[in-house]
Amino acid sequence: MILVELRKMFRRPRTWATITVLNSLPVLVAVLLVLTDLAPRPGEGPPFLSAVLSNGALYPLAALAIVLPLFLPIAVAVVAGDSVAGEAQAGTLRYLLARPVGRTRLLVAKLVAVLAFVLVTVVVVAAVGYVVGTTMFDAQPVAGGTSVSGTSLTPDEISGRTLLAIGYVAVSMLGVAAFALFFSTLTDSPLGATMGALAVLVASSLLFTLDAASPIAPYLPTRYWLAFVDLFRDPILWRDITRGLALQGVYVGVLLVAAWANFTTKDVTS
Amino acid sequence: MTTVIATSGLVKRYGRVRAVDGIDLGVQQGDIYGFLGANGSGKTTTVRMLLGLVLPTSGEIELLGERMPRAGRRVLHRVGALIEGPAHYGHLSGRENLSLLDASGRGGSWRTRSRRVAAALEQVGLGGVGRRPVKAYSMGMRQRLGLAGALLRRPELLVLDEPTNGLDPQGISEVRELLLDLHRDGTTVFLSSHLLAEVEQLCTRVGVLDRGRLVLQDRLATLTAPTGSTVVHTSDPDRVRAALDGRVTSVEGERVIVRGDDPAEVNARLVAAGVPVHGLALERPSLEAVVLAAAGASPDRVDVRR
Repeated sequence: MILVELRKMFRRPRTWATITVLNSLPVLVAVLLVLTDLAPRPGEGPPFLSAVLSNGALYPLAALAIVLPLFLPIAVAVVAGDSVAGEAQAGTLRYLLARPVGRTRLLVAKLVAVLAFVLVTVVVVAAVGYVVGTTMFDAQPVAGGTSVSGTSLTPDEISGRTLLAIGYVAVSMLGVAAFALFFSTLTDSPLGATMGALAVLVASSLLFTLDAASPIAPYLPTRYWLAFVDLFRDPILWRDITRGLALQGVYVGVLLVAAWANFTTKDVTS
Repeated sequence: MTTVIATSGLVKRYGRVRAVDGIDLGVQQGDIYGFLGANGSGKTTTVRMLLGLVLPTSGEIELLGERMPRAGRRVLHRVGALIEGPAHYGHLSGRENLSLLDASGRGGSWRTRSRRVAAALEQVGLGGVGRRPVKAYSMGMRQRLGLAGALLRRPELLVLDEPTNGLDPQGISEVRELLLDLHRDGTTVFLSSHLLAEVEQLCTRVGVLDRGRLVLQDRLATLTAPTGSTVVHTSDPDRVRAALDGRVTSVEGERVIVRGDDPAEVNARLVAAGVPVHGLALERPSLEAVVLAAAGASPDRVDVRR
């Protein structure tokens, strides 16, 4: 069943269109940077962007930082929100369940497919970022790079930490996926499920900027999204990263249980 | 004879509405069961409960001898279903759709999958359909593809909801032939429909649903058994009345109903009296008359309450 869901996901033109669109923004940013040579000053704009002109090897991280606030969550919410509700809207859900496919099995397969989409998307963004970064900017493969703290990092350290960052971003997106998947079991409208998940993220980002909301700030799902920057401090600042992982873990766990409880007891009338 | 579908006291309540209100279905192996009812009478809800899609409020369902919905995983792969019209992934070809459906559940190795898919497509007359995506199919082709999906597992029981929807007259007769073929090979068919003519031509047993209640369930032959009267078509009803004094029960235009279950005897008397007879037949109630007598007004009619 998992293989079937993966086949459905990656044989769908929309999946690849989404990934293409997602990559166009970092590429556009890179082209503009090269043409104008105007990098944002350190501490301004998306993280890492100020450093890429001198070290293109950092561009995968800049690319992730560019798509992380909006593009990536939208893409994940669209795909995860579509997972169950899309089948319901198309009417194929009733045929799958009557085939029969166990409801828990279907939900797990959908989850794995969404997870695969998240991983592929994040890796593709990073890979395209790497290609763009090393071809358009000066790469410093020998000298290594500079950490956010100002000390220098070896190329091995940079690539290792980049992999960690990719993993961290993927986990953050898993939280988005869990929201969208849960909403997807509530409604027969994929758009509704996607919008529900995005509404949660917009609300979370908004509350994060509000001082009055500071008591609940540590529990907001978007609170630790940008903590992957801390992986490039020297030494690595683990505090926010572990908190972020734990927070996403709790969200994912609770939402998946809720999605399972709802989906397995639901009347399928679509 | 084994029972293929049995429900007892099956109820589905949505809020205050009882969509299905305590029905006791009984479908035997080898039946072609016509499940009749107006739109909104609860047919689809019942079909969905049989297949474990909708969970009953109360009552029991046995499908192929096992309790549903608990035994769904063991039983449903022996059942082929077409529920409220076909549904497919529009961007994929019909073949790919069937292959995905086949791969989704248990049973059957992947090595023989393409053969199974090809056989099912052949059966419904889509053998040469090629790689066209389903979104380019006509409605009739989609209906055929839906049927192919139901036939994919060579099921013992076919549960079909309006299987001839969207088909042209040739298509309808093809599907009828196909169902009769499958029935000859031992498949039990549960056919939900509101097309009385279709059911009358195909089914051996009939159940009629009205506002969630099963108001009638019997063999078609019993329901439409001769009434013991003969229908005479004549251009001169008055002379029939004169010739068969007292036996004429009603006259509607040129159609005269005569008591007596032997058309030959009636004919002999009328001919002897010189009455012109154009047609003669045993009177049988039509399925339509039986259904209309058993069921009330259409449930999707909403009258003003006084």
